[in-house]
Amino acid sequence: MLAYALKRLLILAISLAIASLVIFLVVEVAPGDPASFMLGINARPDTVAALRAELGLDLPVHERYLAWVSGMVQGDFGTSYTYRAPVAQMVAERVQVSLPLALYALLLSTLIAFPAGIFAAARRGRAGDMAVMGATQLGVAVPNFWFAMLLVLLFALKLRWFSAGGFPGWEEPLQGLKALTLPAVALALPQAAILARVMRSALIDILHEDFIRTARAKGLSRRQALWRHGVRNALIPVLTIIGLQFSFLLAGAIIIEQVFFLPGLGRLIFQAITQRDLIVVESVVMLLVFAVIVVTFLTDLAYAAVDPRLRHRR
Amino acid sequence: MTRNLILGTLLTAFLVGAALLSFVWTPYPTDTVAIAERLQPPSASHWLGTDHFGRDMLSLVMVGARTSIAVALVAVGIGLGLGVPLGLAAAARSGGWLDEAIMRMNDLIFAFPSLVIAILITAIFGPGATNAIIAIGIFNIPVFARLSRGAALSLWRRDFILAARTAGKSAPRISAEHILPNIANLLIVQGTIQFSLGILAEAGLSYVGLGAQPPIPSWGRMLADAQTMVALAPHVAIIPGLAIVLSVLGLNLLGDGLRDRLDPRLGAVRR
Repeated sequence: MLAYALKRLLILAISLAIASLVIFLVVEVAPGDPASFMLGINARPDTVAALRAELGLDLPVHERYLAWVSGMVQGDFGTSYTYRAPVAQMVAERVQVSLPLALYALLLSTLIAFPAGIFAAARRGRAGDMAVMGATQLGVAVPNFWFAMLLVLLFALKLRWFSAGGFPGWEEPLQGLKALTLPAVALALPQAAILARVMRSALIDILHEDFIRTARAKGLSRRQALWRHGVRNALIPVLTIIGLQFSFLLAGAIIIEQVFFLPGLGRLIFQAITQRDLIVVESVVMLLVFAVIVVTFLTDLAYAAVDPRLRHRR
Repeated sequence: MTRNLILGTLLTAFLVGAALLSFVWTPYPTDTVAIAERLQPPSASHWLGTDHFGRDMLSLVMVGARTSIAVALVAVGIGLGLGVPLGLAAAARSGGWLDEAIMRMNDLIFAFPSLVIAILITAIFGPGATNAIIAIGIFNIPVFARLSRGAALSLWRRDFILAARTAGKSAPRISAEHILPNIANLLIVQGTIQFSLGILAEAGLSYVGLGAQPPIPSWGRMLADAQTMVALAPHVAIIPGLAIVLSVLGLNLLGDGLRDRLDPRLGAVRR
């Protein structure tokens, strides 16, 4: 297990190094000089040069890359060009919206998908299964931001149960949670559809295994065998998908935040893009990629811990 | 023909038909503004109503289909064009440094949250259909590379490939002449799935303003415009979304149906 974990850790480190390089280079070749942008078109060349020096933009490319990476490792994400505030602080504020939103959506997706997948697998080929499968087929075809608009139309504008957007902060946790409910539902639906399908097919695969037949032969009913032995074993592939979904949810949150005017990382990225605040763009993107790579790593480890055969497979 | 295949073919034909028809005919022009007729609900003269500029929604949806199809199709083309040769090369030199390098690169692209990178690319290089295509296309490369590598690997152990090697054919020639035709079905099925994902991705990028730019109509853009008007005229938000859902649903059903049909073994064990 240790050798496997170390190997995965090495891959994690290499992935992060390459990812940071790619993100840095992409932002590097971006047209438009942040200093000129901040000072406007009438700025004098020497003022622009002075600001470039202040921002460290006059240093050679590799020095800036190293400075950026070593800063990030120490938790210093640089200073926003436009807000003149530490990027780390801005990110920390926004994460308080984006992370709970992604986790909330992950929870909802799991709560919807598990019963749906188990229900469909238990009734394989019958009307209930067909209905669930039809619903999941529709679920994966619905763009989450459109579903979000429909939710706003129904629950905020017509029924007035929720507000149409905005975020009141976490001073009153229930209000904060309420504001994130519609966005989380919108994010969760397509993921729940995928997860329900995975749950169903994993369960159906397992119900064909010998140990299920043995359990049945010992006198367990179909339902008992499904619950005691099937669901537990089906959790292994489902766990991987949940890990993968976290990245979709974090990234998906970027668009959903636009629909609900939530002050999360997505809004921060879009604002930074329009203001050419490239240090914010690259830091936030790097942070998201970091989160995804680390979650994938943890999922791999969890998977290997549950299924020892994997540690020896290439 | 299965139900999936029939329904999928019909919906896809409808989508492609509407897009093709829009080249020669739309009920109304999409580039003229008629403020007097703005935000009208569906009626006999405007079957799907009008938008905030008084433009006919049906015409806009038809022309928007063109944008969706073009972006998604070229993105699939990028994935096929680059991913399949990479996958075939990796399989032909299985276990070698090339195989290792290609697969690790694939892992890396997979590890990136695609939407975030698509946003980064379009944001840095400017919004527009071309950059959206590149952003979506890049993530199709590892999908096709992995698929064709896996399928090709099992073929390389077959007797007819051995025969071809004995006959003195080179690895690239065997890949092109014997492997490729045998994995074509798989590629077609995956192609339809990636096509539908491309339509969703294009809609998402256009929605946040990073896809096709006005005056080119696109479904995602229409939804973004509709957002502030959803209370006044729900149809402007509902119709473009339905167009996306029906297109994606159609392509997914078509993919499922084709998989069952092109690979009868899969159909038999499919659960």
